Amino acid sequence: MAKKYDAGVKEYRETYWMPDYEPKETDLLACFKITPQPGIPREEVAAAVAAESSTGTWTTVWTDLLTDLDYYKGRAYHIEDVPGDDTCYYAFIAYPIDLFEEGSVVNVLTSLVGNVFGFKALRALRLEDIRFPLAYVMTCNGPPQGIELERDIMNKYGRPMLGCTIKPKLGLSAKNYGRACYEGLRGGLDFTKDDENVNSQPFMRWRPRFDFVMEAILKAEAETGERKGHYLNVTAPTSDEMMRRAEYAKEIGAPIIMHDYLTGGLSANTQLAQWCQENGMLLHIHRAMHAVLDRNPHHGIHFRVLVKVLRLSGGDHLHSGTVVGKLEGDREATLGWVDLMRDSYIKEDRSRGIFFDQDWGAMPGVMPVASGGIHVWHMPALVNIFGDNSVLQFGGGTLGHPWGNAAGAAANRVAVEACVEARNQGRDLEKESKDILESAAKHSPELKTAMETWKEIKFEFDTVDKLDVAHK
Amino acid sequence: MSDIQDYKSSLADSSSIKFETFSYLPPMDDARIRKQVEYIVAKGFNPAVEHSEPENASDNYWYMWKLPMFGETDVDFILAEAAACHKAHPANHVRLIGYDNYKQSQGASMVIYRGEM
Repeated sequence: MAKKYDAGVKEYRETYWMPDYEPKETDLLACFKITPQPGIPREEVAAAVAAESSTGTWTTVWTDLLTDLDYYKGRAYHIEDVPGDDTCYYAFIAYPIDLFEEGSVVNVLTSLVGNVFGFKALRALRLEDIRFPLAYVMTCNGPPQGIELERDIMNKYGRPMLGCTIKPKLGLSAKNYGRACYEGLRGGLDFTKDDENVNSQPFMRWRPRFDFVMEAILKAEAETGERKGHYLNVTAPTSDEMMRRAEYAKEIGAPIIMHDYLTGGLSANTQLAQWCQENGMLLHIHRAMHAVLDRNPHHGIHFRVLVKVLRLSGGDHLHSGTVVGKLEGDREATLGWVDLMRDSYIKEDRSRGIFFDQDWGAMPGVMPVASGGIHVWHMPALVNIFGDNSVLQFGGGTLGHPWGNAAGAAANRVAVEACVEARNQGRDLEKESKDILESAAKHSPELKTAMETWKEIKFEFDTVDKLDVAHK
Repeated sequence: MSDIQDYKSSLADSSSIKFETFSYLPPMDDARIRKQVEYIVAKGFNPAVEHSEPENASDNYWYMWKLPMFGETDVDFILAEAAACHKAHPANHVRLIGYDNYKQSQGASMVIYRGEM
């Protein structure tokens, strides 16, 4: 029987709280961590989040009756305590797939992290995880080339790849900048990288940078016989300009370009990733602004969500944190989102902060990039944590070598190969790290000097965003 | 400054040429090669041997030595094939590959005999 129009304000839970609902395989599922204002029942707040992130508004409107809202609405179906924290709880919400435009992570995020985050009934809100149904995954383009194709393009097998971010971040001329790249590449790196804030400033416009860096790549390739690349940052004020820079990078034969997916924006990123796929280019993704969104344990968007969003939008590399370097990152949580980048099926695992099974179907994986305050002494742990399918990126840990970039690069290359060989021999990298590195240094004065330079440097601060296990 | 060591590498010096994974370590002796073959077998990769003239080493396609040894787990047999390839082509680089058919990629690849440069 048809419903009658009844103007006024209803409690959200009458419509949006459905504890008996069984999520469908095609539903998009979300887990929010809710910190409510005092005095409001949990079910009402969870229902309000479901409503405000889907079909609801604060009052009943007559046009609600022109459609089948019971079909389109988000459904709060489960509430759970947060281990070790009584100020908040998890709410699980299921959304019918029809609510989202195909192939648009932009549309998904606009709904899920839109108005609801400013909602007055909440003190704070955090999107902890999203389960993208396979039916939705298959509408997205994903990584332009993927891990295996990148290995074939770059001819790198059976070991992590090595990168280096060129420093100082800002202020070098294009020619001097190209010199820094050349030295690193000839010394044994696979990639050098534009820092994220290198776009096209007055001291170094993008085009001369691309030209000088390309000469550096070609000469280093001729000299070493190995394939090399440099992440040419095409992040730009407009997507038209971004595409112009990408086209030029392709024209001069660069194998890989780079984009900042959060500050540059997800529409631009998806556009660039699709272009990269059509044009055979690799795409390195930087994540400036992520810590603004993901570091507060009670408010924002967890990085594992940003990882899934990037895999759908498209990118071949994504910065993942290092566990051991200068930047924030809990070990188990990092391993969780590294799996979300690379694997094709990831099972729910609360010990790694993963709330849902995630099936990526045929979508290629993203290579995690470990970067930030790492040096040769970290190498055994990095190889152990990240395995072969990763890029280990040493900026200061290459350029800060007392003999210069080429020696710094060679030191890291010798170290990574020594660690991979030892691992393949069945040795315990973390327990035997000192012995493995010291033996390798006997044949490499560059490595010996690097080890002496960085002997005492450690970054041991407690993580701010811990996993929600009983830690109080 | 006098403590700084020059990084010796140039277009004119053919010893600057490297061969990707493990080429920054000293050339492998038999014992080290054996360990890597054991790793390839333990990982369930399909071993294969390829060779190339040093001047064509940057090509994607090297010459296959026979066919990949699908399902082969006998370490001595694999080592003997690599040695036979080296004996037949003493001037060439010989590389050992572990094909990972699940990932449709190579899980291991290393030059185990280096040709004259």
